Amino acid sequence: MALIQIDNLSVTFLSKGHKVPAVKGVSLSVAARESFGLVGESGSGKSTILRAICGLAPVSGGTIRIDGQTLPRHPGPAFARKVQMVFQDPYASLHPRHTIDRTLSEPLAIHGIGDTDARVMRALDDVGLPRSFRFRFPHQLSGGQRQRVAIARALMLEPEILLLDEPTSALDASVQAETLNLLNRLRAERGLTFLMVSHDLAVIDHMCDRVLVMQHGAAVEELTRDQLASAQMKTDYARSLFAASADRMLAG
Amino acid sequence: MSSLTLWLRDPNPTSRRQARLGQAYMAWLRMRRNPLAMVGLGIVAVLLVMAAFAPWLAPHDPIAQNLSNRLLPPFSPGHLLGTDDFGRDILSRVLYGSRITLFIIGLVAVTAPVFGLLVGTVAGYFGGWTDEILMRITDIFLAFPKLILALALVAVLGPGMENAILAIALTSWPPYARVARAETLTVRNSDYIAAVRLQGASSPRIILGHVMPMCLPSVIIRVTLDMAGVILIAAGLGFLGLGVQPPLPEWGAMISAGRKYLFEQWWVATMPGLAIFIVSLGFNLLGDGLRDVLDPRSAGR
Amino acid sequence: MSLLSVKNLRVTFDTEAGLVEAVRGVSFDLGRERLGIVGESGSGKTMTGRAVLRLIRPPGKIQADSMVFDGQDLMQASEAAMRALRGPRIAMVMQDPKYSLNPVMKVGAQLMEGLRQRDRLSRAEAHDKAIAALQAVQIRDPERVMEAYPHELSGGMGQRVMIAMMLIPNPDLLIADEPTSALDVTVQAEVLAILDGLVRNRGMGLIFISHDLRLVARFCDRVLVMYKGKIVEELAAKDLMQAKHPYTQGLLNCLPRIGGPRQPLPGLDRNAAWAV
Repeated sequence: MALIQIDNLSVTFLSKGHKVPAVKGVSLSVAARESFGLVGESGSGKSTILRAICGLAPVSGGTIRIDGQTLPRHPGPAFARKVQMVFQDPYASLHPRHTIDRTLSEPLAIHGIGDTDARVMRALDDVGLPRSFRFRFPHQLSGGQRQRVAIARALMLEPEILLLDEPTSALDASVQAETLNLLNRLRAERGLTFLMVSHDLAVIDHMCDRVLVMQHGAAVEELTRDQLASAQMKTDYARSLFAASADRMLAG
Repeated sequence: MSSLTLWLRDPNPTSRRQARLGQAYMAWLRMRRNPLAMVGLGIVAVLLVMAAFAPWLAPHDPIAQNLSNRLLPPFSPGHLLGTDDFGRDILSRVLYGSRITLFIIGLVAVTAPVFGLLVGTVAGYFGGWTDEILMRITDIFLAFPKLILALALVAVLGPGMENAILAIALTSWPPYARVARAETLTVRNSDYIAAVRLQGASSPRIILGHVMPMCLPSVIIRVTLDMAGVILIAAGLGFLGLGVQPPLPEWGAMISAGRKYLFEQWWVATMPGLAIFIVSLGFNLLGDGLRDVLDPRSAGR
Repeated sequence: MSLLSVKNLRVTFDTEAGLVEAVRGVSFDLGRERLGIVGESGSGKTMTGRAVLRLIRPPGKIQADSMVFDGQDLMQASEAAMRALRGPRIAMVMQDPKYSLNPVMKVGAQLMEGLRQRDRLSRAEAHDKAIAALQAVQIRDPERVMEAYPHELSGGMGQRVMIAMMLIPNPDLLIADEPTSALDVTVQAEVLAILDGLVRNRGMGLIFISHDLRLVARFCDRVLVMYKGKIVEELAAKDLMQAKHPYTQGLLNCLPRIGGPRQPLPGLDRNAAWAV
């Protein structure tokens, strides 16, 4: 049984009286410990799917099942211990007025988990941040360091599933490499399941086992990593995306 | 650099307290570069000193009458700012009057903004019916002109300083609710709020711990800028005889009493007027300086 | 004679936390060619571009041994002289048209503004020139775009409008600061092709600032690699794969490739010696 099962999901936003369909009838399933990628350009609906899973976007059709159970309307404590998310913008996903210590210990406080000091220190170690950063504020850290804090925060509750919304798009290339390496290591160590969104095919290829290409809210094509690497796309859009990705630019 | 400065500037604080004090210190350094803000701060500091040390600074008893020394001009021996129509020393009255001014603005500052912040954040965060109802209540209070409400309260409760403060506070909180609501609307869609909701946080925890800290700078700036207005309203009430009652040396009441002598003995009304002007200016300058320092947009530097 | 000659450019910011040196002694010459400036955040590449146009406000300070554009000394020029240069002779295209186009003015009005005020053209003439400029960036329905507001345009369209606006006065030098970073991948290629054609046809000089080394290498003739305010390597674009400096090599190697091995990506071992 798949850990994440999405069937015919539709998400429609109501904006100024107009209905804006962001996701149209998308289905996918992610097995436990798998890494699944969603790739597409802006407006493809890929991030919206992640938000729908978290209860941050209104589901207008279809079902989302995590571990066989349909989602509750609002994410509650039980959901929080199963699914966590790493957001795209490291400059916006940490509270600007809270120290790193506060940000990391908050999930523990919410769930009444003790042993805060040790857990916070261990979290910093796990993501490769020096312990001396514990009482810094986000604006005293670089983008890559903030993203590490975001990853550490997501892992504080020891979830099974990690949703990643373009986790490295806002980072420099070298920092991206470090962050991707970190994510892969953590996934291997903790047996995590990844559902990752990106516009960058090269990143998706490096991180994911299977990938779903999306455009304008609809699913276009699902590929395995081997199919992606050997350019065995069936649809024109997937092929154009492949051709346009940055990787091709140097070889061209 | 002293060891305290080094401790404050430590890039790796070892406790939340050190981290917060360090940030406050950096904000202070930023503000220090703004000469006008420093002038404002200086004026407010002088006000605080005046109020604290009035008994020692004042040369005379502010309510002691001396009818043989009525209406002496400024620079008369023993009366630097002159005397009023009852022979009371104006300088002493201005000094003691600062206590009353401070009392009024202090009480208003700890009641109205706190209430407004609460209403605004709750309305902004929950939206929907909560927002509608709270904002309509806010609109109702906003519709009352402050002096009319004060008149109404005086008619019911009788004149006096406490009732004047109550009237001012009751009409001052709506703008803070609006400011807080506006900030909340921006903040509630942020990723960091989404992240903490995803952790299973309850709404009170989010509002108190996450939303309010972001609204505080705007509210604090607004409070400082409103101080001038509060002083003037209190003075207006005193002028109408509705606020602080004689013989208490409230500045507005002093201006009212000195009205009769405005042309011949101008100092009776003008001295307290100058005091109001300078203190209002001080709070305005301080508020502007604080805005430059506390603006969350610049805090991300 | 080179179009732009910069010697020992330094940009410093005097903040309460101390002196921050954004650019520390950058020198380069630019003819009517394309120069790419590549670096990560904090490398000083954006500040270099802005310093050429003297667009840095206090507490930032620009210092240079010399900065000469087409025979004119930029360091000594008055603010009025700089205003005369910015636009007609040196133009700048920035990253996100959402932030660089005026959101409350229609596109047409913005395009025509400079023409009517600076060049004193009549409404009809300015309108025609604006339409021509939009057609030059391959916008197929220029009339509709003229009447639209910036937020009604897609990212790629907005960026093309930005380019059109900047190229109307036919400048000699264009500074493009991450012009395609905010765009979708497929749109990037289109916009770059348009920029490519325009720069080639008008014989302009181009400074292309980006964090994307591979993109810059494909698009430019020469590349400057910046790290912490200094230039660590300068080379011809075609020689990129033979880069000698370890930082450049690191930048090239750290990107994931489709079909690449699943091993951890080689990171950048930042050496403090590079910043000296």
